[in-house]
Amino acid sequence: MDALDALESQSIYIFREAFNRIDRLAMLWSLGKDSNVMVWLARKAFFGRVPFPALHIDTGKKFPEMYEFRDRYAAEWGLDLIRGECPPVEEIDPSLPPAARSAARKTAGLKRLLAERGYTGVVAGIRRDEEGTRAKERYFSPRSGSGQWDVREQPPEFWGQFNTVFPPGTHLRIHPLLHWTEIDIWRYTQRERIPTVPLYFSRGGKRYRSLGDQDITNPIDSDASTLEEVIEELETTKIAERSGRAMDHESEDAFERLRADGYM
Amino acid sequence: MSAHREHLKVAVVGHVDHGKSTLVGRLLHDTGSLPDGKLEAIQEVCRRRGVSFEWAFLMDALQAERDQGVTIDTSQIWFHTAKRNYVIIDAPGHKEFLKNMVTGAAASDAALLIIDAEEGVREQSRRHGYLLHLLGVRQVAVAVNKMDLVGYSRDRFAAIADEYRAYLAGIGVTPTFVIPVSARDGANVVAERGGATWWDGPTVLEALEQFKIVTEPEGLPLRMPIQDVYRFDKRVFAGRIESGVLRVGDRIVFSPSNRTSTIRSIEAWHSDPPPTEAHAGQSIGFTLDDQVFAERGEVVSHEQDAPVETDVFRARLFWLGARPLTRDTRLRIKLNSAEAEVRVQEIERVIDTGDLSTAGSDRVERNAVAEVVLQADRMLALDEFSTAPATGRFVLVDGYDISGGGIVSMEGYADQRQLTTVRASNIQWVEHAISTEARARRNGHGGGVLWLTGLSGAGKSTLAVATERRLFNLGFQVYVLDGDNVRHGLNADLGFSPEERAENIRRVGEVGALMANAGILVITAFISPYRSDRERARKAAGAGFHEVFVKADLAVCESRDPKGLYAKARSGAIKEFTGVSAPYEAPESPELVVDTAALEVDACVDAIVEYVREQFRVAPVRAAGG
Repeated sequence: MDALDALESQSIYIFREAFNRIDRLAMLWSLGKDSNVMVWLARKAFFGRVPFPALHIDTGKKFPEMYEFRDRYAAEWGLDLIRGECPPVEEIDPSLPPAARSAARKTAGLKRLLAERGYTGVVAGIRRDEEGTRAKERYFSPRSGSGQWDVREQPPEFWGQFNTVFPPGTHLRIHPLLHWTEIDIWRYTQRERIPTVPLYFSRGGKRYRSLGDQDITNPIDSDASTLEEVIEELETTKIAERSGRAMDHESEDAFERLRADGYM
Repeated sequence: MSAHREHLKVAVVGHVDHGKSTLVGRLLHDTGSLPDGKLEAIQEVCRRRGVSFEWAFLMDALQAERDQGVTIDTSQIWFHTAKRNYVIIDAPGHKEFLKNMVTGAAASDAALLIIDAEEGVREQSRRHGYLLHLLGVRQVAVAVNKMDLVGYSRDRFAAIADEYRAYLAGIGVTPTFVIPVSARDGANVVAERGGATWWDGPTVLEALEQFKIVTEPEGLPLRMPIQDVYRFDKRVFAGRIESGVLRVGDRIVFSPSNRTSTIRSIEAWHSDPPPTEAHAGQSIGFTLDDQVFAERGEVVSHEQDAPVETDVFRARLFWLGARPLTRDTRLRIKLNSAEAEVRVQEIERVIDTGDLSTAGSDRVERNAVAEVVLQADRMLALDEFSTAPATGRFVLVDGYDISGGGIVSMEGYADQRQLTTVRASNIQWVEHAISTEARARRNGHGGGVLWLTGLSGAGKSTLAVATERRLFNLGFQVYVLDGDNVRHGLNADLGFSPEERAENIRRVGEVGALMANAGILVITAFISPYRSDRERARKAAGAGFHEVFVKADLAVCESRDPKGLYAKARSGAIKEFTGVSAPYEAPESPELVVDTAALEVDACVDAIVEYVREQFRVAPVRAAGG
């Protein structure tokens, strides 16, 4: 097995544990590069099908290319797509910095959809190398009834064993990509020929490294216009992946606050 | 090309405040691995908090960690060298967060253990070293940090290095290197020496580069725990191969159900042509030639190299639970995908990770290491840890929490697979024409088995023979099956391995049951130290089984020593002798207890005879049929 095979196998193992252990399971599909790899891995885990719904928490402010991508591949991959609406920004905690407040709409939309549909577990495509608090996550991460993440009391995980039984009212976030890095995602996308939103590739000297809402996501300077060039760029870059995501940088604790409240 | 560059996972462990997070920050910085602006961001955070520059803020991302200046949770960070990619796993050093240290360290290929040159070897330095070994991390390098605070003293370094090497030697670990380091000054992390001008060994980075990727040893047996069974359009058994190789056409057995079948295909999506074999580490699916029923929790192996089946085993475990572990504590065990209820049958010893001494104790406190005997409510398929590590380890769940982990030892306990497998097919029960009641009426008593169990020298044979005589004189059809006697004939082919001892007892149980069905009252006199063996005999004989605990403590039995066996066991001439070097599992609810330490032989026989008369007498019908 090479390094990508090992990453893939671990993710498949986690998907299968989640599907077996959790009664009402759904997967978040944000249409980004990680999310698409995640859908692909789910199809590998379940031999070509995704046996639970794919949730798109729609802020209504994504790029048009992303909506096109969603509609095309939801059909092509046979996904049970469920769209969740987000409340207007006026309903969100005003003490958050502006971009974080805007991003928190997604948390609110997610919580609403989970409550409506009664899911007890939701699969999300976060990775440890993205950001400091995500680096401390678990594969099976319990949340209280109100969606809160208690970073101080995370369950131990070792030897491929995860805590899957919790007090009533708890729900789980499952993170099958936790051990992947950004460059792993692109190498795997290349190897498996996984479709990708074209915004990741350079047009006019700029490309997106990370995709969020249009108004709080900025492109980077880059001439990488193919998968090969993106991988080559990442081999040597010293620019952080989420440097273009405004909500990470407004204040020291903004992202932790978002996550503690249930942001991915 | 780096796409195929290997990944090495290194855990950084050690006592709280010895500088783990700082060393990681220094390593990332000096290898040029930090993203642009990261250094400035940390400087800004420190300035806002009014503290001097703190590398630890690189990985201590949580507000609580920064406020308290302590790593709470494990974290991971990536960097690469020309040689390979690294995942650095920072593990908290505070005792309070040991479960987080375990989470981090268990995922690693190798570990770097940090010791403060000023403070020296401390409690968690030792505990972490011990746990690394127990978690299966075999490569360890040691960094003696903060050398700047001791003026880069060569003597101070040597004293700590010697002390810690000696400790590791006690658990069978040899560190690859012990290196004098100052993370704050950047000495011997990436750049050479610094103030340690006398040092001619490697830097921390060089030590990392010399670690090896952990690959599975050749020749381990096939083990694939079933994770799930899918019925999408055909029945596919899904799971991860933990060791060995699986090939299309292989004859396999599921354990513990012992069902066998043949692999028809290995299933994979987006793989053309379909695979014909699969190796350790791969998450796969397969189909079978026939419709065998098997479910999550069973272990797939080849027939000739199957896992152990048992419901009782020894374990060395670490306990993270909120409440102490005591005898009779009930827990849920997870062995790969299998789950069962277990009970702590015995706490054999608690290990002090400070000085490696062991002590008998009736409880295992949080964060302690102990050797225990666990008894499960059903048969489990598992392995001796040294045979197949991935299927020889488990976690324990207390209520909602994963509360400990351990590795399996079968020392002194039998593989029960042979005992529970019916080999013949096409067999069925034949109905007898004479009823049990009719036999009992003719004899004046029912048939049954009086199963005497107790230590060697407790008086089983003496009581059996004396009771047989008394009951015979009272008109009973009675017969003694004695340990030594059956080994002359019925069990002449059996030796004294745990498996053969278990088989010895199984046969006696079955013969006893047949004789009881024939209307005879059978008295057996065997040490029969294991509950599982006695339970099997009880199952064979059904309601006619009566367990009699012939009770006398070890000191009394040893002072009697009628056959001179204790003396031989103490001298080591007999290995695995019950009570001395092998366990005796006393009955939990025997039908009768006779205390031979307190009562004379005649009084004990009286008690047994009285019990038999109450339990087995039936009124004879002399003029049946007229």
